[in-house]
Formats: sequence, structure tokens, C-alpha cells
Amino acid sequence: MREVAIIGVGQTKVGEHWDISLRHLALEALQASMADAGVTRVDTLYAGNMLSGELIGQEHLGALIADFAGLRGTEAFKIEAACASGAAALRMGFVAVAGGLANIVAVVGVEKMTDTLGPDTTTALAMASDADYEAAQGVSFVALNALLMRRYMHEYGYGHQDFAPFAVNAHRNGVNNPFAMFQFPVTAERFARAKMICDPINLLDSSPICDGAAAVVLAPADAARAFSATPVRIAGSAVGTDTLAVHDRRDPLVLDGAVLSTRRAYEQAGMSPENIDLFELHDAFSIMTALSLEAAGFAEKGQGLRLALDGEIGIDSRIPITTMGGLKARGHPVGATGIYQVVEVVEQLRGLAGANQVPNARVGMAQNIGGSGATVVTHILERME
Amino acid sequence: MTKDDQTIVLKPERAVGIIGYGAYVPRYRLPAAEVARIWTSGQGGTPVKEKSVPGLDEDVVTMSVEAARNSLARAGSVDPALIRAVWVGSESHPYAVKPTSTIVAEAIGATPHTQGGDWEFACKAGSEALQAAIGFVGSGMAQYVLAIGMDTAQARPGDALEYTASAGGGAYLIGPAEEALAEVEGSLSYVTDTPDFWRRAYQHYPSHGGRFTGQPAYFKHITAAARGLMEGLGTEPSDYAHAVFHQPNLKFPRTVAKQLGFTPEQVEAGLLVNEIGNTYAGSSLVGLTAVLDVAAPGDRVLLVSYGSGAGSDALSLRVTEAIVERQRQAPATRDYIARRVEIDYATYVRFTGKLRI
Repeated sequence: MREVAIIGVGQTKVGEHWDISLRHLALEALQASMADAGVTRVDTLYAGNMLSGELIGQEHLGALIADFAGLRGTEAFKIEAACASGAAALRMGFVAVAGGLANIVAVVGVEKMTDTLGPDTTTALAMASDADYEAAQGVSFVALNALLMRRYMHEYGYGHQDFAPFAVNAHRNGVNNPFAMFQFPVTAERFARAKMICDPINLLDSSPICDGAAAVVLAPADAARAFSATPVRIAGSAVGTDTLAVHDRRDPLVLDGAVLSTRRAYEQAGMSPENIDLFELHDAFSIMTALSLEAAGFAEKGQGLRLALDGEIGIDSRIPITTMGGLKARGHPVGATGIYQVVEVVEQLRGLAGANQVPNARVGMAQNIGGSGATVVTHILERME
Repeated sequence: MTKDDQTIVLKPERAVGIIGYGAYVPRYRLPAAEVARIWTSGQGGTPVKEKSVPGLDEDVVTMSVEAARNSLARAGSVDPALIRAVWVGSESHPYAVKPTSTIVAEAIGATPHTQGGDWEFACKAGSEALQAAIGFVGSGMAQYVLAIGMDTAQARPGDALEYTASAGGGAYLIGPAEEALAEVEGSLSYVTDTPDFWRRAYQHYPSHGGRFTGQPAYFKHITAAARGLMEGLGTEPSDYAHAVFHQPNLKFPRTVAKQLGFTPEQVEAGLLVNEIGNTYAGSSLVGLTAVLDVAAPGDRVLLVSYGSGAGSDALSLRVTEAIVERQRQAPATRDYIARRVEIDYATYVRFTGKLRI
């Protein structure tokens, strides 16, 4: 197996891009990443996307994007794993380069969610849950997360306001990210007054529905220097799965898929939580942030919230999270999110994160969660010295 | 072709103006807090204080007739038989096929030598009728034309629009400038294919694109129409005593006024949405009746409508001396607003036929 490196990254601003189509979003991010890597062609293109068929009536994204980007003839596929589609596509790219079947691979995550009405988008997102046993009961995604959050508060004795630091931290970091959907801060007071979406989840517990695309270009690590002055090695790339339905879980408050995924990634990298300088986690809802921190080994069970309350998640703190705004402030264009996370970790490791730069960042982790935790893809990235 | 013919500002061949105007707003009020009580357990903010609700015996026809009679009362001694067109803009015409306008024309004595037509363009159907009336009179084809914007707006129970969708509107008798209480200086339309809000045939309630109804829809079209007209006429916000914008809620018209450079004082007289809700095709037109109720000779007034789908009509008016004696010849808009009977949600459901058995 060969070592794999990221040699180029690109992203579009996340937002409600009513006048930009999916193919244009993908093109913009892909071209930016290929320009960053200094390549004009790739061996394989993987497109991470969840909802194009349901929301814009377009499948077959691999060939579509390849053709639109001037890469006609290139091997290309769409990869789908619900909200983890982006990182799953990166995982496939990693497999292709590591296995020696391709040298230069582009991975683009793209999602176009604002061409449909809100209820239709909510229904489409529910496809990430168990259709027969969850969605068919009328449970939306926010409702599933609300069940988890309520249980978490009940089991560990937290109040809703205890979740405020996650939103405050994400928005504080989003302010300095020109690609973020929300570039304004929020206060704990504003969190307390935010509109209720699905009790106990309020608006500021939730990531937004939005459009966006992000892309990375991969190459064998031993060739990376030829393309990039600041290549980043993929030290760990792992997937863990769990039951689709929350009610089938061994313990609903433990993301077993995330535990497996991070453990495998740590083992590959020969690392542990102590080695991680920043963690881009999947804060689709604030309860997911708490559960992710626990599953990845940064806190004991029921103590993920404690990290935030103790001020341990900021840029200069013990474990910086959502350093460019996270899903909450940067936005959550679902199939693109996993690639945005990786692009942001790469920027941190390159020392290009500007006002949000994590000091001396050498190793960063990105974790993309599909559904309520059924597919979890973790990547550990390391700056190549 | 003269230079004027090539501008985007619409000006008639002969000078025309508003001869008479009249408002109508039903007496029933549904507080927004009452909608919130039913759908959100009273939590969260509301976009307005309350909205008007039509009574069991009211629809766009009856309301249009009353507003039309008010406009005729302010028109001096105009013989209704000289009205060559009666046009009603609405998105809640009682019949799918059969004109509202013929009933109104008959009721005010304008038949049979008159045009009858129902206009449809979401919330700017009324201002479209008004613009067409300016053209009909301005070309010399007619001495008088009656243009009405009136609605009994429908919103899906529980939808955000239920707080605001309301009933009311205004009627305008257009005629030669010599008889006018306000002269038309010019108008401008700005229309694009922007699907922010719609209702398909056989559907009871409209659908809308959430936040998409804001920046790319309402704000883009209103600002473009207003700026285009003011540029074409060589006027500035400070030249206007009053400005009226389509008012789907309290926030949008205030924001667009600020964007365009108008002060809160300039929009205050015509801003009725907090008390009567969004009367759709009647919204900007009933705002204008409230302005004319208090306007003084020489005042300039800017009217900008907005209709989803989407477009805006902007009109610039100059109030004349004739306004003074005509203001009191019919009930003022504020009289209708003050005539308030509060109802609860259950009564609202009954009055608006929301129970389908």
C-alpha cells in the first residue's frame, strides 16, 4: 500500500446559491483544487453527493461533472453515504491511490439543496434514516436528533443552555472564514432566545440547509512534492458503520460507528487523541458534537459537553473544533460537507487559516457522519515535513 | 420616435391622474398572537400585530363595490356611465370562470358600454390594472377608467403566511389631469420570471420559496423599479413626501425603504400591515389610499407594488389642490382600520371557510 497525500484543495462559498447549478458549483471547486495542485487532468474523479437525484432530478454525477470540467473520458463515479458522502468519496480516492490503481485522483463533494421547498428537502434528508422503521413513522432527521438530545440531557443532567458554547464557538470561527455561510457571531443569550425547531433542538443547535462544493486532489505521497510545496499526508482513512435506526443501537448515546471509525484511523496513523491538534467534527446538530467528542476519545461518556463548558474547544484550547465555522456556521451542504472539513484541516496544516489558525497545527482529524451515525468516515491528516 | 419613446419610463400621451380613490378593509381582526396560540403554543415572534378577516358575507366583489363607491364619492360628479373600463386585480376572485369586474361594473352603474376585466399577477394585479387604466385614459380612448386591487388572501393553516394573509384593498378612478386630485408623473414596470410564490389550479393555498421570496424576489424587483423610475424622472427619495411599498410584513417595506434612502417618516402614513396584515393585490393600493387621506397639495408620492412571479410597478404621483375637498367625501382608510372587531381562531376558521366537510 502506498502513502497518499493531498496536493490541492478548493471550495466554493457555502450559501443559498439560487442562481448557481450543481454542475457549476462542482466545477468551481474542482477547478480551484486542480489549479492549486497544478494538474490539468486526473486518472479518476469521485463525486460525493447524497441528494442530487431526489432534489434536482439528476443522477450520474461522475460523468456529468467530468464532462463539464473538461475531463471527458476520465473514469468517474458518484459515491453516496448520506451526509458522509463527501468523506466516503475521499475514502474511495484514497483506496485508489493507495492501491496503486490511480496516481492523480480528484474528489469533489457537491450538494444543491435550495432548488426545492423546505418540506421536500426535509423529506429527502430523511432517506438517510431507516425508511421502513424510522422515516415511515414520520420521524424527520431533526426529530431523531431531538430524541438523542433529550435523552442526553436526561441521562447526564444537562440543561439546554449548556449546549450554547458549541454554537457560539462555531459562529465565532465562521466570522473569519470567507467561504462560510454565516460570518457573524452569536451569543449565549441569542442561543437562549432562538426559535424552537424540534424540542429541545432550536435554530442555533442546527446546521443550515444550503448549497456548496469542495474538492481535493490526491497523489502518491512520494510524488507529492512535485505538485505542492505544502502537501498533507493522509495518515488514517477509515470507515465504521452502525445500525441505520437509532432504536436498534446498542446504546443510543454512543456512536459505535464513530468509535470504530476513529479507532481504526488512530491505529493506521499510530496515533491517539493526544496527537490531534484540531478536530473538524460533524456538528449537524449540537448533540452530534457532544457525541462525536466522546466517540473520538476526547471526553468520557456524558462529558463531551463539559469540554465546551470548560472552554476547551476554542482555537487556542485543548482540542479546537469547528475551526472554520463547522457545519453550524460554515454550512452543511450534505454531500459536500466531508470535503469541506478536509479542505479546512489542510488549510490549518498549511498554516493558511488566517485569524483562525491553530498554533503549530501538525495533525488534524476530520470526521463525517452519515445519518444519525450509521456511516462514519474519519481522516487523520498530517503535515509533511 | 422621440427620445421619450425610448425610455423605460411609461408616460401617457395626455396627462392623466387620480380623480377619486376609495379604500375598503373588513372589520374583523385576527391577532397574530391567536395564530401563534394555535400553531406554536404562543412561542416565537410574529410578523405583524394582527390582520383583517372578511366576514361571512364578504368577498372580492362586495369589497370592490364598496371601495369603488368610495372612489366615485371622491370623484366629484363623474357619471358612472362614462367609465369605459372596470378592472379588478386580485388573486382571490370568487369565480374561476366569470368576471368579478362585470358584477362591480353593474353595481356602480358603469354597464353596458364598458370594458370588464379581471387582472392576475399575484400581489401586483391591482397596480397593473392601475397602470393599464393610465394608458387607456392617456391614449384618449377613454375619459374614465376604474382600477381596483382587492383580495381576501388565503394561507395554508399553520403556514408562516397565515399570520398576515388578509383582506382589503383600494379603488382608483383614473381620468384627465385637469380633474385629478393627484397627477401621474410616470410609471415603470420591472418583471422577471422568478418563481418565489405560486398557486396551481385546484389548489386551495399557495406555496412559497421561504427565504427565496426576499432578496432575489421582493427586494430586487422593488428596488429596481423604484430606482429606474426615479432615475427616469430625475427625482430622488427626498423629493417625496410619502412612499408606499408592497407590505407583506412589517420588516420588508421598512428594509426596502431604508435600502432606497427613504426615512421611516416617509413610509409611516402608508404602512398599514401591522394593523391589517398583507392584503395582497390590495396591499400597496390601500397603503396609497391611507397616504392620500393625509396628503397635502404639492406632495409627491411614490408607489411601488410587488407581485410574486415576479415584478414591481412603480408610480410617481403629484398631489393637486383638489385633494383638500375630496379627502372627506368618503370614509378614510383609518376609519375602516379603527372599525375593529377582534375574533378568535375558531371564528376565523368559520369566516374563511377553512373547515371543509
